[in-house]
Amino acid sequence: MKRTVELKNHQREIYYFRFRLMLSLGFVLLMMLILLLRFAYLQLMKHDYFQTMAESNRIAVVPIVPNRGLILDRNGIVLARNYSGYTLEIASRKVANLEATINELSTLVDIQPKDRKRFKKLLAESRNFDTLPIRNRLSDKEVARFAAQSYRFPGVELKARLFREYPFGEATSHLIGYIGRINEKDIHRLENDDTASNYRGSDYIGKTGLEQRYEKELHGSTGFEQVEVDAGGRAVRALTRSAPKSGNTLRLTLDAKLQEVAANAFGSFRGALVAIDPNNGEILAFISRPGYDPNLFIDGIDSDNWEALNTSLDVPLNNRALRGQYPMGSTLKPFMALAGLYYKRSPTYTINDPGYYTLPGNRHRYRDWKEGGHGKVDMFKSIVVSCDTYYYGLATELGIDRIHSYLSKFGFGKKTGVDMNGEASGLLPSAEWKMKRHKQIWYPGDTVSVGIGQGYNLVTPLQLASATATLANDGVAYRPHFVKQIQRSSGNTPEVKPEPTLDLHIEPQNIDLVKRAMEAVTKPGGTAVRASAGAPYRIAGKTGTAQVIGMKQGEKYDADKINEYNRDHAWFIAFAPAEKPRIALAVLVENGGHGGATAAPIARKVFDYYLLGKIPKPLPASAVKEGDQSD
Amino acid sequence: MAHLDPVLLLAIGLLMLVSLVVLYSASGGNLMRVFGQFTNILVACVAMWLVANMPLHYLMRSAVPIYIFGMILLVCVALFGDISHGARRWLNIGVATIQPSELMKVAVPLMMAWYFEKHEATLTIKNYFVAALLLLMPVALIVRQPDLGTSILIGASGFYVLFLAGLSWRIMLGMVLMAVASAPFLWSMLHEYQRHRILMLLDPSQDALGQGYHTIQGMIAVGSGGLMGKGYLHGTQTHLEFLPERTTDFIFAVYSEEFGFVGNAILLAMYIFVIGRGFVITANASTYFTRLLAGSITLTFFTYAFVNIGMVSGILPVVGVPLPLVSYGGTSMLTLLLGFGMLMSIHTHKQLVKT
Repeated sequence: MKRTVELKNHQREIYYFRFRLMLSLGFVLLMMLILLLRFAYLQLMKHDYFQTMAESNRIAVVPIVPNRGLILDRNGIVLARNYSGYTLEIASRKVANLEATINELSTLVDIQPKDRKRFKKLLAESRNFDTLPIRNRLSDKEVARFAAQSYRFPGVELKARLFREYPFGEATSHLIGYIGRINEKDIHRLENDDTASNYRGSDYIGKTGLEQRYEKELHGSTGFEQVEVDAGGRAVRALTRSAPKSGNTLRLTLDAKLQEVAANAFGSFRGALVAIDPNNGEILAFISRPGYDPNLFIDGIDSDNWEALNTSLDVPLNNRALRGQYPMGSTLKPFMALAGLYYKRSPTYTINDPGYYTLPGNRHRYRDWKEGGHGKVDMFKSIVVSCDTYYYGLATELGIDRIHSYLSKFGFGKKTGVDMNGEASGLLPSAEWKMKRHKQIWYPGDTVSVGIGQGYNLVTPLQLASATATLANDGVAYRPHFVKQIQRSSGNTPEVKPEPTLDLHIEPQNIDLVKRAMEAVTKPGGTAVRASAGAPYRIAGKTGTAQVIGMKQGEKYDADKINEYNRDHAWFIAFAPAEKPRIALAVLVENGGHGGATAAPIARKVFDYYLLGKIPKPLPASAVKEGDQSD
Repeated sequence: MAHLDPVLLLAIGLLMLVSLVVLYSASGGNLMRVFGQFTNILVACVAMWLVANMPLHYLMRSAVPIYIFGMILLVCVALFGDISHGARRWLNIGVATIQPSELMKVAVPLMMAWYFEKHEATLTIKNYFVAALLLLMPVALIVRQPDLGTSILIGASGFYVLFLAGLSWRIMLGMVLMAVASAPFLWSMLHEYQRHRILMLLDPSQDALGQGYHTIQGMIAVGSGGLMGKGYLHGTQTHLEFLPERTTDFIFAVYSEEFGFVGNAILLAMYIFVIGRGFVITANASTYFTRLLAGSITLTFFTYAFVNIGMVSGILPVVGVPLPLVSYGGTSMLTLLLGFGMLMSIHTHKQLVKT
């Protein structure tokens, strides 16, 4: 009995077990059916959708960035070039923990705190999830180390890329400018110009100088490649390809060696120099001192260097040659003399200089720089000794309207139209201008100070150099320009043949008188004897001094430097050889005191190199700081 | 060869063949990978043959030592295991690193089946609780490693033993209610990435390049396969490396892309064939122990397949469970074939036990 119960239990047990097994089988089949329905949904109903997704998954249009054009000087010396190197880039969207990844990377490649700072800055201003460089210019060892470990770093890529380099560095900084990473503003501008598509894949764009002005020529056109890519974005196979077109090469009018000589001639002085071939307006040298190292900017400048450049009292980022505006001082006198001659002032008209000038009916004395005066002064002597009294009278006689009308022909008060962005226009005052600007009528006293280049009048070194070139070329003006030729990959284009922009039709005897007087300036008895001492060619020039209005209230300054920064600016304009000028220039030395002492020796070195091929010996700065005569 | 079951052998042999064929494509024509898997299969087959020839009382006797040994290793892992990819799963034993959770896939159903067999005559509710405890201890340790995929599989294998052992419907209903009630607590137990994966299932597009990436790419591969597939070696998702873990957890996507709906249906049929043979063996098993063990092994094998295919086709979260017998990997192949070895032993030794 007991046994039957047990047996029965056993059978019941098996029965229950098999029942549950059948339930399990049902469950298995049900689940399998669910999978089958899922397949039907994905593979039959939604097939087209996923097919499209898979297609777009695999074909990507990849831009091929063109090589940026080179920049050469007139003799083919390279001023801006590209070299290939490796950069380590991070696709930030693919990396979950940037900080940890960078820490890991720093065990393989040298990553400095400044690299991290720069990366953070780039990250903050990057456009739509770019890949951003954490390190540039990796050494071969670093490349090898990372390559071996790269599987550990998804989203981190080693990229071979062309880097921009400026071999002359500081010497050409304000001229060539630099390229930098494309920012929001650039994108906006590119979109307005409808050129944004040409910049797909490009990281860099010209930011200042010729790199900016000739961006369209230098950039080239972007090529495209249709590629099959994997999920990591790596190209597996190319399908179609349209080759990129390299940027054009700029050949400049600049003489790189002259540029270097001129830059070195400044020593520790701040200032600017522009040298122009008066026969065609070609700019031979273009200096703004101090410069900066343009190579720092290419990959985004680090904050320490940026801070230093921006807070320096010497404002190295300011392009003084193009944008610096200074009173022109006595360098105005030759131009005023031409104006006088044009309006029929006799060259033999002579004044007796007591050392000051008074307006009729007024007792205010306008002082000559030389106490006691220069004695009997005619037009020739007025230039040689830089007689202020003579020009006070001449200006008053001419009146501001005629002065304005004549001087504007030399380009004063307006942009030269040079091929660089951001040029300042200077200021050539008129009664109309004063009314508009200061809501005041023009006083006769205003005219007096304009006559010697003080008061309301501002000029850029480029403008003054251009005006000097026009004078040297007997009144035939050319637009100053930097680019001689744009060499296209399709074949060289002819050189730029500049046409005269204006002929002042100066009477030969008038220009001859002024030029002779300017030559005498550099001879004993003149204000710039040093400029021509021992020179085997003839130099014509004129010194000038621009008064510095003291620093404004509240401006930051270095107490030790305050005296130096309050000193007058020194000018020197010159051309040589005087009889048939091949080079004309304007030199400004900020706080340099007298033009004959500081600016003229710089001009001399430039002439010596350009005309004789002479490389000057470096002079201690103190040697040129001692004064000659005063102005 | 006496103790091998030819039907089951044929069934799993077909799936292994599929594995080698698909692996060749998934690895981008890498014969080393295929050869590696072939070696895995050979080693696992030897293990299966050994187990199949093992008399059942050997199996029964080994249950407790294996389980205790496994538990000790799991505790060791929790205390001083190696961390890799953010998980503490491996134990460095000097010559090699081992993953004790794999051992538990065999040890847990073995132990539980042994326990029920032991108390067969006087089964009360208390025994179910003890058995559940035998299950929950290792599962809890494995969840904390963290290894969601393995803990699900082991949890399932243990549950199947409980279910087949006749756990009352009322208790099961109570467990379901308890599970629902404790969901917030369990949720807080999960690791961040595990939660993330579950959330991604609801909306994978939210994180298309992060955690949702696996799911999206898997679904694209399956969906773009269509009715007939893109053809062997012609899956773009596979060969352009859009698919992650192509040779392991996501190998089903490769198969599905290249062989389409028809191929999938055939593959499901192959799995049903294996599972069906498992059910036959289970139904015919002679003892309580063997019934429970065979049933658990069979249903766990099903769970393997279902979870993997479900996660690749986007109806389950990505939990890291390989496609049984197809995914590349020596360990999972070994544990699976150990299971099949037991099934064969159960089937071929039953007459001996009966007499």
